[in-house]
Amino acid sequence: MSEGAVTLAASTRRRGVGRRVDRAFGILTAASGSLVLLVLAYMVLTTTNTALPVFRAEGISFVTGSEWLPSRGVFGILPFIYGTLVTSAIALVIAVPISVGLSLYLTEVAPAWLRGPVGYAVDLLAAVPSVVYGLWGVFVLLPLFLQPIAEALGSAFGFLPIFAPPASGISYFGAGVVLGIMIIPIISALAREVFRAVPADDRYAAYALGATRWEMIWGAVIPRSRAGLVGAVMLGLGRALGETIAVALLVGSRPSISASVLQPGYSMAAVIANQFQEADAPQIRALVGVGVVLFAITILINMAARLLVWRMVAER
Amino acid sequence: MNDAVFAIQDLSVSYNGNVALKDVSLDIHPREITAVIGPSGCGKSTFIRCLNRMNDLVPGAAVSGEVLYHGEDIYSPEVDPVTVRRRIGMVFQRPNPFPKSIYDNVAFGPRINGYKGDMDELVERSLRRAALWDEVKNKLRKSALALSGGQQQRLCIARAIAVEPDVILMDEPASALDPIATVRIEDLMQELKKEYSIVIVTHNMQQAARVSDKTAFLYTEVDEETSARWGILVEYGETGGIFTTPKDKRTEDYVSGRFG
Amino acid sequence: MSGAPARRSASGGPTTPMPDALLARGPSPRRLWTDRAASAAMLATVALALLPVVLIFYYIIREGFSAMNWEFLTQSMPYSFRKEGGGFLNGLIGTLIMVGVATAVAVPFGVLAAVYLVEYGKNGLLAQLIRFFSDVMTGVPSVFVGLFVYTAFVVPFGFGALMGAAALAIIMLPIIVRSTEEMLKLVPLEIKNASYALGAAKWQTVTRVVLPSALPGITTGVLLAVARAAGETAPLILTALGSLTITTKLLGEPISALPLAIFDGARTPFAAGQARAWAGALELLLIVLVFTLLARVASSRSSISR
Repeated sequence: MSEGAVTLAASTRRRGVGRRVDRAFGILTAASGSLVLLVLAYMVLTTTNTALPVFRAEGISFVTGSEWLPSRGVFGILPFIYGTLVTSAIALVIAVPISVGLSLYLTEVAPAWLRGPVGYAVDLLAAVPSVVYGLWGVFVLLPLFLQPIAEALGSAFGFLPIFAPPASGISYFGAGVVLGIMIIPIISALAREVFRAVPADDRYAAYALGATRWEMIWGAVIPRSRAGLVGAVMLGLGRALGETIAVALLVGSRPSISASVLQPGYSMAAVIANQFQEADAPQIRALVGVGVVLFAITILINMAARLLVWRMVAER
Repeated sequence: MNDAVFAIQDLSVSYNGNVALKDVSLDIHPREITAVIGPSGCGKSTFIRCLNRMNDLVPGAAVSGEVLYHGEDIYSPEVDPVTVRRRIGMVFQRPNPFPKSIYDNVAFGPRINGYKGDMDELVERSLRRAALWDEVKNKLRKSALALSGGQQQRLCIARAIAVEPDVILMDEPASALDPIATVRIEDLMQELKKEYSIVIVTHNMQQAARVSDKTAFLYTEVDEETSARWGILVEYGETGGIFTTPKDKRTEDYVSGRFG
Repeated sequence: MSGAPARRSASGGPTTPMPDALLARGPSPRRLWTDRAASAAMLATVALALLPVVLIFYYIIREGFSAMNWEFLTQSMPYSFRKEGGGFLNGLIGTLIMVGVATAVAVPFGVLAAVYLVEYGKNGLLAQLIRFFSDVMTGVPSVFVGLFVYTAFVVPFGFGALMGAAALAIIMLPIIVRSTEEMLKLVPLEIKNASYALGAAKWQTVTRVVLPSALPGITTGVLLAVARAAGETAPLILTALGSLTITTKLLGEPISALPLAIFDGARTPFAAGQARAWAGALELLLIVLVFTLLARVASSRSSISR
């Protein structure tokens, strides 16, 4: 390290090993990064390949057929697709108003000292594992709330096909309610970010024009947040579509399609979890096929949500 | 007689095709403080970062010309930048100690160079030379971030000299410090120049006049049609001469404060 | 300036005629009522959101506590769900093994991938693809990951702890990549420059400066991923299968996990089995909360603030 005694070129030559280490490290990191892509690709390939026989045997009636009779080798998964969509829709109906209202409250109305604790409490909902949600849903929420409300809806509005009796808490409705509770923290956390991103000047402008607080929210905050809110809701939807255990315990495990949400039903994720352990090879292949369809739907929703959220962040 | 530490010939730098520095030629002599002054944006930092190939880290940067360090071209394909930077130290405008202990900050350079000797002794020696030892000798294991701005900058100087370079480049080392800390850095530089050659970029003319032996004045040239701007070397010489009897009108205007 | 006659204000300047209604104090009663109704609605949503939190924690603590005892924590399952006593030790050990192995695999690859994104690839095509698909992967249903591991590895090699760990590692990997990337981006350029100026090579700068600086934040992300993996059930049904006994074999033998044991307990009609499920739920919830809390502690110790 003394001046001039050793030329730079000579020192560089002596560093030979070091430079190879540098290059190797770079390659190592790139390989690790590529692992993500490889795993994803491999996932898609193997599952689709496994389910191919079922897809070929059933053709399009795999997704359009409503008969799921494993003992006879008939595999139509429409009831599961239907149940997934219905339970997720119920979840959104419950979670979106609550999450948006909650997030608006936390960002616009709540005093500063209240924001932390309330936000933290809601985020705790995200920490609860889904099997615990399922257990609690079956033994607490069901007798306390789901069953009574379902019966009340059935008797009061039973003339509507959507609430036709016999009403049960173990139904699309029951699963949908618990699902809704589970996605509240996801939608709310993102909605809070979206609302916080609205520039303060927009709010001041509304107030300066004499708006009440609600008018300010409606006129200044909400219009600016539309894209981000849609993204947040879609991310919550993506989570609801894939949720397995809580739904498996509460949806009723009946592979049929029913117009009434107060009836038992099934979902794609739930049927995989419930039937896997007893299934024989052909049925397992069919269940893999269910998984592939579920994956496709979830991925599409997630990609669309990501693009929306990325665009909103980029425009900030 | 060329005992020059650096012999720079027609050094030009462009970023993504935009020329930032054009045809700078000068020699840096050993055990002297050479100041590089000029208005903002004239390429002083760009210039000094060529001397230890830090510009290599900027994407889109292209360097042409010759920079000879003790007669050897540092941009030769046989020389890799890491080797260059181990011989030439740099202190930055804002103190940037690592979020580690004071000891580990100073020991960082020697450790990555595979130093096998007495580390405690090397750390103490470097901190003494940076005029920081007395203030930190009892808290070497404490975080460097707990020091004041001036102390952190002296720590960065100690860190740079721990690898025993023979040149120290300083990019506006005192501009983020208060006046008292600045004076201590300037006094330190006078001590350091007994052993190291120092090149300092500064926007503070008085500092350059106080501290340096030689001064290089860089100035911005503008192309009327394209309004492209780049830096050129206007004048270089003994500091006394630059400030009292500048040869170029632009130098005279700058040092007399007609523009900043 | 010509046309309508303008009134003069007190100061002498011109002014336009003002309708009396606007000079009245404040907004109309209807607008005020709307504002108050909206505030009430928002408060209602807060109550509706907090109600499940209270209900969940209250009942889990109440039911779990009454069923929890030392025997539960240290004993494995009895041979039948109907029987009382015993515990979920088999599940606890299974969870510890599988989450441990999954973490040991996912963390190095995830951190290195994040290093690639921040220090090497930056905005190149490969980096953008990795970023986008990592995000996509965090939304993949965990049951699908289980299906994949089943078809690719369980079919040839059988159920086992390693299979469960593989599924959990795949779930953890994109989470760790993205959160580590965010933490690495926060490391200031200045200290990286300081390292390079001292003659450090890139890999030395990464391992000796960048990673140590970002360590608290990286730890936070890892702990949160661990908390998530500990609570997963569906992928383990398809890969570990579950078991009533304690296993430590990594390959070839089905193994239990805490969430699996809870799931089985939730489905039995026997009171004893259900009681154990509650105790297990409390145990699992505590484990997840401890990791979440540790994550917050780690992030508060970070010297790099956002």
